[in-house]
Amino acid sequence: MPTVRPSGPGAVDVELDVNGIRTPLHVAPHTTLLDALREDVGLLGAKKVCDEGTCGACTLLVDGRAVYACMTLAVACAGRSVETVEGLARDGELHPVQEAFIAHDAFQCGFCTPGQIMSVVALLRATPSPSADEVMRAVSGNLCRCGAYPNIVEAALAAARKGKERP
Amino acid sequence: MKPFTYVRATSVAEASRMVVAGSAPLAGGTDLLGLMKGGIASPARLVDLGGIDGLNGWSRERGAGLRIGALTPLVDLETSDQLARHLPIVREALRDTATLQLRNAGTVGGNLLQRNRCWYFRDAAIQCWLKGGTQCFAKEGENEHHAIIGTARGCNRVAPSDLAPALIAHDARVTLTSTRGTRSVLLADLFTDPALHSREEHTLRRGEILTEVQVPESGLQRRGTYLKAMERKTWSFALVSVAVAARIRGGKLRDPRIVLGGVAPVPWRVEAAEAEIDGHPFSDDLARRAADLLLADAAPLAKNGYKVPLAKELVRRALARIAAA
Repeated sequence: MPTVRPSGPGAVDVELDVNGIRTPLHVAPHTTLLDALREDVGLLGAKKVCDEGTCGACTLLVDGRAVYACMTLAVACAGRSVETVEGLARDGELHPVQEAFIAHDAFQCGFCTPGQIMSVVALLRATPSPSADEVMRAVSGNLCRCGAYPNIVEAALAAARKGKERP
Repeated sequence: MKPFTYVRATSVAEASRMVVAGSAPLAGGTDLLGLMKGGIASPARLVDLGGIDGLNGWSRERGAGLRIGALTPLVDLETSDQLARHLPIVREALRDTATLQLRNAGTVGGNLLQRNRCWYFRDAAIQCWLKGGTQCFAKEGENEHHAIIGTARGCNRVAPSDLAPALIAHDARVTLTSTRGTRSVLLADLFTDPALHSREEHTLRRGEILTEVQVPESGLQRRGTYLKAMERKTWSFALVSVAVAARIRGGKLRDPRIVLGGVAPVPWRVEAAEAEIDGHPFSDDLARRAADLLLADAAPLAKNGYKVPLAKELVRRALARIAAA
């Protein structure tokens, strides 16, 4: 019977794939993915707001699925793919969803924006032509205290239309 | 969150041994990490179940019912058109469960075993009865979300899961595995009878891990539906929810189940209420009689009396819906 050695409670070595880059980390097991990215990797896109899985400002993608980074342990993501808002732009060009958020004024203070964008990116990959209702459902786990919701929905629908036009 | 040691188990037996030795099992983490951050749980060791093969996914074998692995993410059940053909109530129940982010991470087993949402329980500074104290603070306190029925002297919590009432309405069972072997119990019996005055919400024995949910063939033959009343239209636990299921034969409801969520410490069923409608065609009057029986023993607290008429009307609407479908 193979036995698995426990690790921690001190810092342990774990390697994540962050935005396509192999990223070795040395973090204690009780470090959330959010804190690991912000404090150890230096990626500040995912925001730490409620830190209890209710606001959505830390939304990012793990293996392509939108999750709350504050409710995910970094050690549990070993070998998995993590995508943050910093990984969306390509060669200095913003991602179509980022462009659409700017064009449609889909934010005011901007604090929820990286999370909103990641939720929309995940939606459009699975559902390239969503209805407004599907967009609303996809971002209903992302709170916006400025109340930019109508423009967020508009931006997502516009990004979807643009996505279809591209070859 | 307090520091802990972490280990990724590769088998249920290995995980069970670690749980016996004091480790807390980790699946999606959406409830456990919240409890740990809030200081309600502070395990010294976590055993991650995520690396165990064979617990993720569902299958349907003709004549043998439906099996759902405990580590299946909720979103996989919600979005499966195939599953919706076999058991549509699961999608209805999960569509309004938490948020997409939490359904992506949260698992079937974790949803069924989540702890209650009572704000006194969730406040680490408050030593309520369920946490070993001597008093339920909800009884005289802020109790608009609390139980109206089936409460023991000690605790007025409500069972929060959406999936549990839906699956119980289809007679689901769960498999519990430990180093001593495997047992199968009715999902309804996973929830501790409040009359026992136990400070455990679930009936898991030492080292047991919930590995699978089964819905028997007879359960799949019922038509079911799930309705949920929330404070807002999204991202909210049920104020009251109802799962109903029955075979519809010649316009009559047969072998019905009515299960309420959000009203009692356990998913709430009253057999007399089901017997009242068994074999009868739907009518508003019949539904009202069943709902009255279901809530006959309701004893609301100061601020949650609204749950009684709300539950009764949801029962009527749900029965009307399956009768008309």
